[in-house]
Amino acid sequence: MAETTTYDVVVVGAGHAGCEAALAAARMGVRTALVTLSVDKIALMPCNPAVGGVGKGQLTREIDALGGEQGRNTDRAFVQIKMLNTSKGPAVRALRAQADKRLYEDWMKVTLFSTPGLEVIQGEVASLDVSRETVRGLLLADGRRVRARSVVLAAGTFLRGRVVVGQRTYAAGRVGELPATLLSASLERYGVELGRFQSATPPRVDGRTIDRAGMILQPGDAGSLGFSHWERPRPRTQLPCYLTHTTARVHDVVAEYLDLSPIKTGSVSGRGPRYCPSIDRKVINFPDRDRHPIFVEPEGARTHEMYLQGLTTSLPVFVQEKIIQATPGLERARLVRPGYAVEYDYIVPQGLSSALGVRVVDGLYSAGQVNGTSGYEEAAAQGLMAGCNAALYALGQEPLTLRRDQAYIGVLIDDLVTKGVDEPYRMFTSRAEHRLLLRHDNAAERLSEIGHSLGLISDEQLGRVHAESALLERAADLLDSTRLRGGERTDELLESLGTSRLTESQTAAQVLKRPQVSFRDLVQMIEGPAAEWLAGLPGDVVDRLAVRAQYDGYIQRQLAEIGRLKATETTSIPDDIDYRALEGITVEAKDKLSRMRPMTLGQASRIAGVSPADVSVLMLYIHRIRASQTSRTEGGAAAGGVRSGRPS
Amino acid sequence: MRSSLPASAGDTADAAPAMGEQETIVALSTPAGVGAIGIVRMSGPGAAALGSVIFRPATGLELGSGEAGRLRYGHAVDPETSVVLDEVLAVLLKAPATYTREDVVEVHCHGGPAAQRGVLQTLIRLGARPAEPGEFTKRAYLNGRIDLAQAESVAAIVKARSASALRASVRQLSGGLSTRIVAIRAKLVGALAQVEAGIDFSEEDLDELDRDGMLEQLLLTAGEIEDLLRTALLGRALEQGVRTAIIGRPNVGKSSLLNALLMRERAIVSEIPGTTRDTVEDLVEIAGIPLHLVDTAGLRASDDVVERLGIERSREASRDADLVLAVFDMSSPPGPEDSEVLAGVDPDRAIIVANKLDLAEGGADQARDQARDQARDQARDQTPEHARDQARDQTPEHARDSEIDLDIDHGEALEPDPVLQRARRSLAPLLEATGVSPDRWRVRAVSSLTGQGLESLRETIELIAVGDHGVDLDEPMLATERQRLLVDESLAALNSACEGLASAKPDELIAEDVRMAARSLGRITGEELVPDLIDEIFRRFCIGK
Repeated sequence: MAETTTYDVVVVGAGHAGCEAALAAARMGVRTALVTLSVDKIALMPCNPAVGGVGKGQLTREIDALGGEQGRNTDRAFVQIKMLNTSKGPAVRALRAQADKRLYEDWMKVTLFSTPGLEVIQGEVASLDVSRETVRGLLLADGRRVRARSVVLAAGTFLRGRVVVGQRTYAAGRVGELPATLLSASLERYGVELGRFQSATPPRVDGRTIDRAGMILQPGDAGSLGFSHWERPRPRTQLPCYLTHTTARVHDVVAEYLDLSPIKTGSVSGRGPRYCPSIDRKVINFPDRDRHPIFVEPEGARTHEMYLQGLTTSLPVFVQEKIIQATPGLERARLVRPGYAVEYDYIVPQGLSSALGVRVVDGLYSAGQVNGTSGYEEAAAQGLMAGCNAALYALGQEPLTLRRDQAYIGVLIDDLVTKGVDEPYRMFTSRAEHRLLLRHDNAAERLSEIGHSLGLISDEQLGRVHAESALLERAADLLDSTRLRGGERTDELLESLGTSRLTESQTAAQVLKRPQVSFRDLVQMIEGPAAEWLAGLPGDVVDRLAVRAQYDGYIQRQLAEIGRLKATETTSIPDDIDYRALEGITVEAKDKLSRMRPMTLGQASRIAGVSPADVSVLMLYIHRIRASQTSRTEGGAAAGGVRSGRPS
Repeated sequence: MRSSLPASAGDTADAAPAMGEQETIVALSTPAGVGAIGIVRMSGPGAAALGSVIFRPATGLELGSGEAGRLRYGHAVDPETSVVLDEVLAVLLKAPATYTREDVVEVHCHGGPAAQRGVLQTLIRLGARPAEPGEFTKRAYLNGRIDLAQAESVAAIVKARSASALRASVRQLSGGLSTRIVAIRAKLVGALAQVEAGIDFSEEDLDELDRDGMLEQLLLTAGEIEDLLRTALLGRALEQGVRTAIIGRPNVGKSSLLNALLMRERAIVSEIPGTTRDTVEDLVEIAGIPLHLVDTAGLRASDDVVERLGIERSREASRDADLVLAVFDMSSPPGPEDSEVLAGVDPDRAIIVANKLDLAEGGADQARDQARDQARDQARDQTPEHARDQARDQTPEHARDSEIDLDIDHGEALEPDPVLQRARRSLAPLLEATGVSPDRWRVRAVSSLTGQGLESLRETIELIAVGDHGVDLDEPMLATERQRLLVDESLAALNSACEGLASAKPDELIAEDVRMAARSLGRITGEELVPDLIDEIFRRFCIGK
């Protein structure tokens, strides 16, 4: 690294957020560096060895559709994959993969080092270099100065990180790793507000010492499932997981040593996630439950370590051993890595813009767990967006934001910046009001156009998406125009499926709406070349035709609602608006709006304490500002004899 | 099918202009001091079309025909049922020369608040949206009708209107109503948590969704919402009076019946300015229910609506009414004119009043005794309050015996009362001629003169006006149109969820409907769904991996 180099984007931290940010920026063609405490610790999975799940899997698909890396990398590294919620409809189906952790790290490292325009630098960031409220670069603890037009902070749990096991506690970003102690102070100095969260991970045991016969086998799905829309994953032998349960004896052990739990001793003070309670917490909160599930998951193909999903704890290590040995199937299990809790600083996300920019420092972005989220998928999604926005900032272009009706990523970031967090944020599908539109199956169709415009999706990839859409349309048109008339064969088939005969002719599309009729059944009722063509359609197109048939009315309703809210959602609020000068807005709303500085009226409407009346008044003012600007522009343009275009 | 394309979700943003208003809004605006005329005002791209759908010209001059901005005379008609809502003047004002710079339709209603509301509701059902407070002014501003200098005052107006609307709704919501809605919504959020937990935490060890149990639970909640909607009807009834028509052939005793009913009650004076255009007798209170009498003028003038205004007018009145009292004279056998009276009358909203029981065969002796008793009582104490109390306390035993079993749910076939049976027998040909099963008609036998059967009639009036739903008149009620619409929306979504549960729709669509049901109620109470939902999931289920 030459002393004089100025990077366009410097990313701090090489976890899931940092890797996506660095790759996105470099692929957009700007000069990028990735600074990490250790080049041996890239894309670690410090907690569960899995990517995806309900809600999270959709995020990974969206990252992939935008040209990010997580989906592809998981496909290279998984040892098991399955589709979840198959008993429910397509909107809530999602992939979940068990990854070989080491393979995941290695593949990501290979990708980083083979990406042109991306440098990897090992070092601890001591402070930010900021002047006139604008980021200029970084100072490393070893004295080096890194100059940058923009910085993406993806520090995970490292800011003032502190590890807790039983009564033992020490400064660390993860077990055995140095924390970033200096950076928090630097952020506070520039007015960045910080909060404190905690998170914990369960113990790992030696797979050679567990009794698989006493547990329930949890295999993956056969077939060629994969996250990435662009590459088929290579076929492989999958590794199973196992399911066991805690017993009353386990709960007794926990209860006996509860006094030593950091929950009781108070050695962990930050808030932890409710959806991931420790076994200590479960025993306290659900005394009536006589058992809790424990999933035993492989951490990789080249290690015997098994992850004990459901046994998260930071009780002292000897208690962890007692708990494990009281669990059916784990009686003789040897502990490899104890569970622990980590407490860390996070950046209060209401201080961020929708582009994930830190409001008080121009050019500074933040992404991932440091923004108060949890999960590899949530982190990677933010990393991708922050990396793109840092690059766009360096290029002097408009930022990229996604709407709530467009992507889970849009929901995630909008929730963070408008509502903030009171526990580490995890994605649930129930957070998305337009869940039926934000599906696993249509991620590429929703987002690859945007990925392409950023230069992250190639022409060839976009062409494929267009071709798929065209095929889907052709098939849908065919179903709409094919009329089915009652006849012996059709009626017999319909009745055998438990639905009524055709009393009058219906289109194939209408018949497919009947929940009892599958696409395959439908094809049997159609005659001639159409049937043949339809029967030859690829499986994903068939699935999407079924989605349309099933969700039609509901999707119409969601689209109508989106249309209704569009005027508010898309009206941007000028950066320099002075809320305190506005009349007709409550004091509370003025205060909230001044603090949060929403980018659109839609965001303003979601801030607690801002009423619909406040939004109405705000809309009037914005219109006034716009109108006065337009009349000035038009005046000027008219003088020059040029027609004014649409304001950007 | 086309527009359900998944991709269109991503494409939606770019099509419409940023500030453009696509919707047609409608509101009731009754200028202060104008009296009974209420104006239903509509603005937006669909105003002209909706206006011509609902307006039926009396003179052949369609809305918007001829000279611009001309008021046209005719009727506002519900296009789906062809029911006449009111006699109106209507005008179409074409954009941009209007207050909002959009197409505006004004419907000037003459039939009082109930008719205005009928017009308003019909337009909403046909696709207009109730305007937000100050929205006409807002549109006027956004469309450049009001210049920039006026912006401050526009903001103030919007603010003030919102504030007063807010105050009003807070007032309505204080106390029991809010508690009820909050409680119902909490049940919906609880049900939703069960469905959503199964979706978002399907990897956990949760029990499968019990769809039958859920259906049962949701049906109960739907019942509670229906009760809430009934209070809305009652709230409106109490606010504006139940539109009541007293119909019948000449000289059957319509006004004497009215007078007899009123004798025991106190006529109330409307204190709401602009709600009545006629005299105070328009609004009477019977059994605690204000009745808005239709065509009272006719009744007062000659005792004889049919004679003066013709049978046609009478029919129109009965079609519009929430309550119809069809009066027949028991002292003489029904004639051919009587059979005309019931044409087009809805038996569920009607009471057949068999009047002049005292003169009817077999009723005479009984009636004479009663008349003597009453005359004595009234001589003793002339104040109407006393008269009412005493009438209740001292109803002669035989008169009480002849009172009719009020429990209509059990059907009137079981009724033991011989007087009533006689009345039914004599009216049988008439009732059969209506084409409706005679058992569906509620028949009450009364004597306006002696007061016999009036108590029973009064209770039946109450039953029809309020409904037999155990609604406590002291309970707080849904009052505003917005609240009612939201509760309506909630119920519709919940019914759809129930159908979905019964027909094996996937969980996420059940969730979609329950979400909508909960969100609609939350918009009344100002509660946000997702945080409550997530709290509820964690409260109910042990989730943790």
